[in-house]
Amino acid sequence: MKIGVVVFPGSNCDHDCQHIFKDVLGQSVEMIWHKETSLAGLDAIVLPGGFSYGDYLRTGAIAKFSPVMGLVKEFAKGGGMVLGICNGFQILLEAGMLPGAMLRNKSLHFICKDLSVKVENAATSFTSACQPGQVLKIPIAHADGNYYTDPVTLAAMQANAQIVLRYCTPESKVTPAANPNGSLDNIAGIINAAGNVLGMMPHPERCAETVLGNDDGKLIFLSMLESLKQGKKPLQMASA
Amino acid sequence: MKAKIHVTLKQGILDPQGKAIEHALGSLGFKNAGNVRVGKYMEVEVNETDKAKADAAVKAMCEKLLANTIVEEFTYELQ
Repeated sequence: MKIGVVVFPGSNCDHDCQHIFKDVLGQSVEMIWHKETSLAGLDAIVLPGGFSYGDYLRTGAIAKFSPVMGLVKEFAKGGGMVLGICNGFQILLEAGMLPGAMLRNKSLHFICKDLSVKVENAATSFTSACQPGQVLKIPIAHADGNYYTDPVTLAAMQANAQIVLRYCTPESKVTPAANPNGSLDNIAGIINAAGNVLGMMPHPERCAETVLGNDDGKLIFLSMLESLKQGKKPLQMASA
Repeated sequence: MKAKIHVTLKQGILDPQGKAIEHALGSLGFKNAGNVRVGKYMEVEVNETDKAKADAAVKAMCEKLLANTIVEEFTYELQ
């Protein structure tokens, strides 16, 4: 498989994503500079974490106008898989590829630590290697991960199983105390209605090999590869 | 013309920075301070002489980039 990792000025998890797909999972990886004008030959695209454009104005606000983002939108429209991690998730929101917006963490702190995340929907192309309800230990590292959307959109996403990952206790209880940043409904990751664009705040690429002491994040990447291998179209969700 | 633009979080959306400042003001003895909202202030020189054109341009700038209207609202004045 050929995975494209988009590089914006200020991306800083791009090489981690490259390392996991290339060195750990043996795939071909192409680094896509944000001014790229073609995405030909790619099977999936990753928008990595970091601080694109220095987070100026708002996280992801300027990156969404990068030339490559028009191509990423087209790629997703055609059913291509797009994974946005942390800043990548923020960019997907700003670009309107996923619903909602990010607010500053409720505590105002930049939070960098391992957290428990519950797989609420294990039937997506990004989570099919997980068990339903499985708790993954994945680190977060952000100041703006307080997800917000309007009540109507939230209800539609809930009804449609688009809330894929939620912050929880290690015992898989989704509680206010397990919510690190004030995120609505403990949301850590959501998918679009078509099932081919996933945004998540936790960093699976930082915990995807045993040498790091935790490879829970590998399940996300393995799910993607398995879905691509089967050549199946992204799982079509019920319409929102 | 110069546009003076304010962008703030919508009323009803929690503003953690505003809350922190509100608490700080309270602890400094400003018991009459409440509902602090933090926002951004921007100035943009708009190369238009026609006020209607400048107004339309600034509104479009705010909607497309300067504010995220899911969570923020904006006001501006033209001089």
